[in-house]
Amino acid sequence: MGRYVIRRLLQMIPVFIGATFLIFLMVYALGDPVTGLFGDRAPDAATAARLRAEFNLDKPVWLQYLLYMGNIFTGDFGTAFNGRPVTELLAQAIPISFRLMLVAIVFEIVLGIVLGVVTGLRRGRAADTSVLMATLVVIAIPTFVLGTTLQFFLGVELGWVNPAVSPAAPFDELIVPGIILALVSLAYVTRLTRTSIVENARADYVRTAVAKGLPRRRVTTRHLLRNSLIPVVTYLGADIGTLMAGAIVTERIFNIQGVGYQLYEGILRQNSPTVVGFVVVLVLIFLVANLLVDLLYAVLDPRIRYA
Amino acid sequence: MPDQNLTGTRSTAPVAEVAQAEAGPPPGKPRSLWSDAWSDLRRKPSFLIAGAMILVLIIIAAFPSLFTSASPREADLQGAFLRSPELTKFFSPEWFGYDSQGRSVYARVIYGTRASIVIGVSVTVIVLFLGSLVGMIAGYFGGWVDAVVSRIVDTFMGIPFLLGAMVILVSFDVRGKLVITLALAVLGWTTIARVMRGSVISVKQADYVQAARSLGAGTWRILLRHVLPNAMAPVIVVAMVALGGYISAEATLSYLGIGLADPAMSWGSDINTGKDQIRVALHVLIFPSIMLSGTILAFLMMGDAVRDALDPKLR
Repeated sequence: MGRYVIRRLLQMIPVFIGATFLIFLMVYALGDPVTGLFGDRAPDAATAARLRAEFNLDKPVWLQYLLYMGNIFTGDFGTAFNGRPVTELLAQAIPISFRLMLVAIVFEIVLGIVLGVVTGLRRGRAADTSVLMATLVVIAIPTFVLGTTLQFFLGVELGWVNPAVSPAAPFDELIVPGIILALVSLAYVTRLTRTSIVENARADYVRTAVAKGLPRRRVTTRHLLRNSLIPVVTYLGADIGTLMAGAIVTERIFNIQGVGYQLYEGILRQNSPTVVGFVVVLVLIFLVANLLVDLLYAVLDPRIRYA
Repeated sequence: MPDQNLTGTRSTAPVAEVAQAEAGPPPGKPRSLWSDAWSDLRRKPSFLIAGAMILVLIIIAAFPSLFTSASPREADLQGAFLRSPELTKFFSPEWFGYDSQGRSVYARVIYGTRASIVIGVSVTVIVLFLGSLVGMIAGYFGGWVDAVVSRIVDTFMGIPFLLGAMVILVSFDVRGKLVITLALAVLGWTTIARVMRGSVISVKQADYVQAARSLGAGTWRILLRHVLPNAMAPVIVVAMVALGGYISAEATLSYLGIGLADPAMSWGSDINTGKDQIRVALHVLIFPSIMLSGTILAFLMMGDAVRDALDPKLR
């Protein structure tokens, strides 16, 4: 187990370096942070040169990257162009996005798995086909369409919820945005669970469990579901990262000042330290979530052992 | 398009009127996976509905002027918003009402189709080509090639799709269809590569590949004639579902103001302008939204139907 974790951690290093370098290249080589700073006006040559020197922008890209990563590992994420340290923005945004992600993922796990099991056990019946069709429709409606319309109907027309979330973003205000954020993934979780259940329902160990006289409920929950959860858990692990970052649209609609909000502002204003700093943290979250998922496999399927 | 692909394979594949037995090798000449899938699909309502929808959308994208006489850019400020939708006047400019600048929402919905379809289809074509090539090479050769390719794919997967597209697009001053297509393709090819790699690995050990190799066939001949046709099925399915995703991504980017913008026409940017006037004129938001979701739904349904037909496990 310990050796497996160490090997996985070592494998994560090239991916971490690759992903952060890729985003660094996109931000610093593709765009021009100094021009971005001046908006529509052309920067004064001397000022631009001074800024370039200050932010290490006059050096080759690989050296910029090394200097940047060196700073990151000493806890210095740089300063956003408006003068606030990026770490401060991170400390403010991550708890909010984390709460939003938590609402979304709980909703996904509970409803998605229940719907998946129910439809998987009733394959081909009316309940199954209608839920399947409903998941397709949910996936087809883009989040921004669903978000704006639901915000209008629930928040403005009916007045059930507050259409905008307050800066503190407590849990109760995040329920509706969290559900909207979760819906597409919920549909995928439902479909994955269903497919997995359908495939495993004919497995030998299920037949054995039925044959030895176990009650239906126990066969489903302890044998069938547990083994069917592996692809679902894989998806959920990857989804944590996506939900933290993919909340750009949802956070913008409901004015939630989390990671997605800061990233959107950072990207639009070409505020490079903010964008790269946030992405570095997101990549880390993504990698750790995937590692945890791999370790969960052994819990779910007793045949998997990490030596 | 997909169905042409299927018919093409069908006409060359040997079609034997032998019902395939549930287990064991079928007697006589077996029908190929593709011809089997096609005969399945022809009788599937969801496939036929999705196919019809996609056909209509392609015709709209190619010849928008056939569907409306009004120009999508003709603005009549006198009538802005005052003329709400007249749902009984089919295909006339006032069918879906007018937006804040007095432009016909119906004409804009019709003319906005092209951007979505063109971007969705071209991203898918590029991604299919690039991803299949890389995935095939990684899966077939294995070893260090595979290790390197897999790490590159992992790297791209670490960057969220929408985020990466925004970062790329914001550095362009003018964002046309080409730039958006390339940005989405650069980030999207990894999904196909991963699926293709897995598929090729499961195919390359098959007897017919070994046979071809022992007969002295060259690497590229084996890859193109034997491995590729048999590894293609899951890739096609993923690509069709991804097509819907690319259309959604383009609309999302345009909605966020980092995609297509005036004077280009896109459902996403129309929804973005519509959302600011949602309380006064819901119809400006609703009709492009319905059209967009319907289009994505058509491609998803198509992908779903094809998957069911191609996946023998779920029969």
